[in-house]
Amino acid sequence: MSRWLRRAMFALVVAYLLAPLVVVAGVSLNPRQVLFFPPEGFSLRWYGTAFSDPGWYRPAINSLLVATFAALIAVSIALPLSYVMWRYRVGYAKAVMAMGLAPFALPPVITALGALALWIVLQSYGQPHTVVLSHGAFLTTLPLATLTVGLQNLNPQLVEAARTMGATGGTVFRTIVFPYVRPYLLAGFVFAFVLSLNEYIIAYMTVGFTFETLPVKIFASLRYGYSPVMAAISVLFFAVAVALFALVGRVGDLPRLLGADERA
Amino acid sequence: MSAPAARPGSAPAPASAASSGRGDGPWPHVLLAWPTVALTVLFLVPLGIIAALGFFRRIQAGFFEVAFVTDNYARALDAFHLERLTVSVVLALAATLVTLLLAVPFTFLLTRRPRARQVPYLVLVLASLSLSEVIVAFAWSLLLSRTSGVSNLLVAIGVMDAPASWSPGLPAVLLAYVFIALPLAVLSLYPTFSRLDQELPEAAGTMGATPLAGFVTVVLPLVRRAVAATGALVFIFVLGAYVIPQTLGRPAQWTMPVQITDQAIMKNHLPLAASLAIVLLVVSSLIAVAIVALGTGRWPRLALPRRAR
Repeated sequence: MSRWLRRAMFALVVAYLLAPLVVVAGVSLNPRQVLFFPPEGFSLRWYGTAFSDPGWYRPAINSLLVATFAALIAVSIALPLSYVMWRYRVGYAKAVMAMGLAPFALPPVITALGALALWIVLQSYGQPHTVVLSHGAFLTTLPLATLTVGLQNLNPQLVEAARTMGATGGTVFRTIVFPYVRPYLLAGFVFAFVLSLNEYIIAYMTVGFTFETLPVKIFASLRYGYSPVMAAISVLFFAVAVALFALVGRVGDLPRLLGADERA
Repeated sequence: MSAPAARPGSAPAPASAASSGRGDGPWPHVLLAWPTVALTVLFLVPLGIIAALGFFRRIQAGFFEVAFVTDNYARALDAFHLERLTVSVVLALAATLVTLLLAVPFTFLLTRRPRARQVPYLVLVLASLSLSEVIVAFAWSLLLSRTSGVSNLLVAIGVMDAPASWSPGLPAVLLAYVFIALPLAVLSLYPTFSRLDQELPEAAGTMGATPLAGFVTVVLPLVRRAVAATGALVFIFVLGAYVIPQTLGRPAQWTMPVQITDQAIMKNHLPLAASLAIVLLVVSSLIAVAIVALGTGRWPRLALPRRAR
């Protein structure tokens, strides 16, 4: 398609995705507690507040803890599952795989309500481990997707050669499969981590205000009093996400991690 | 981002090292033990509980008691909730349509660029996708507000006389829906589009087709399945959003997720929330299947990953 059409399309999408962030970034710089854009001055005090006010940094620490452990759980489910799918023929593996992919085929609010009901029945509603486990299972889809792509791209002749040379399954996994899928594993971990960090409705329904995560805190502020701190936090969130995805892009080949094929 | 590689029609003949299944010993089952237990307990059992919960009786003192009553479903299907359901579906369909109109040409043009040039756009798309719905709602409420919104810009260039507030309301909800759906759609279309033969549109051009005609007659038929699957994915994702209609919408735009969360958390009526969730699940699945059928011209088979073996 002609060049101007492409440029217009790219400009439209980039402007659409960035416009809200530009306003949020501007609002975060207001010296007074107002939400003006353009800001009526320049101050970084709200970024200071984000790090010094326990009302904001405690939820931030909670979110980081939840995201770390949830991403570890997601990866711990996805790695053996995708490996068995690729390496063996096991009847029920397909069903397990379907469960791993299904959360993204459900309206998120239903997953959240399911988590709420589960933890009420198990009588641990409100405890921190509930959100970690529910996030972990919900976000398994992401490492499962990247690892499936990774294993698809792995040349089976390599594995065949190793087997011919007498390598056992364990050795093949350690020396060929694992090193090969490591960037896909890292990408899957990062996707799950960042999405857990930002996830609202499951966190709200499992732990709510007893183990407040940052999105739950922001939502509360959204209803009971806007503040430029929210804008500062939002900017920091976006910066963290961009930094992590850029890192993934630097370490691995982002187009390939997202499903483009081998040809450069 | 549901398994880019697992979408039917998107994967070329996959490489696999699958063994015959005989003589593997206990290893596959040992490896599968944790994923099976974890996903069953954390995904399947909760769905089962919701399905049962819809028939339980709410009790004032606690959450619910085991029973078999149909009151909850009667209420979930009353005139008020059916109107909410209709509003939810119409809003989600509108957002899906707008999203596809943006995402399909954008992703196609993006995948025609050299790989290295794509990376910054992919990072932006990924970062936008991961942005919390809460932050998205906050950002759009600012962008559409009187004090800090785009209307000030339009006043400055003389298009409008006075700044206006466009949030909460229908435009705010739709704009934010498309905002959360666009990155998901781009990432879902990306694998198929990037595997399209680079030379196809050029060939169409050589044969005399205009770029647009080449895109419509050559490219679109090849990506129909992926576009339909993406439409279904986006529809379900938007239909399940809670914060956006709750924060950016007026009561007229309060969708099923708002009602479900309201019943589950504020009104402490889990059985009604569960029956509403089941109604939403059934309707959303049926419409998602219809979207895929509409896009591909035939009814989808069970949506299991194609490369599963």
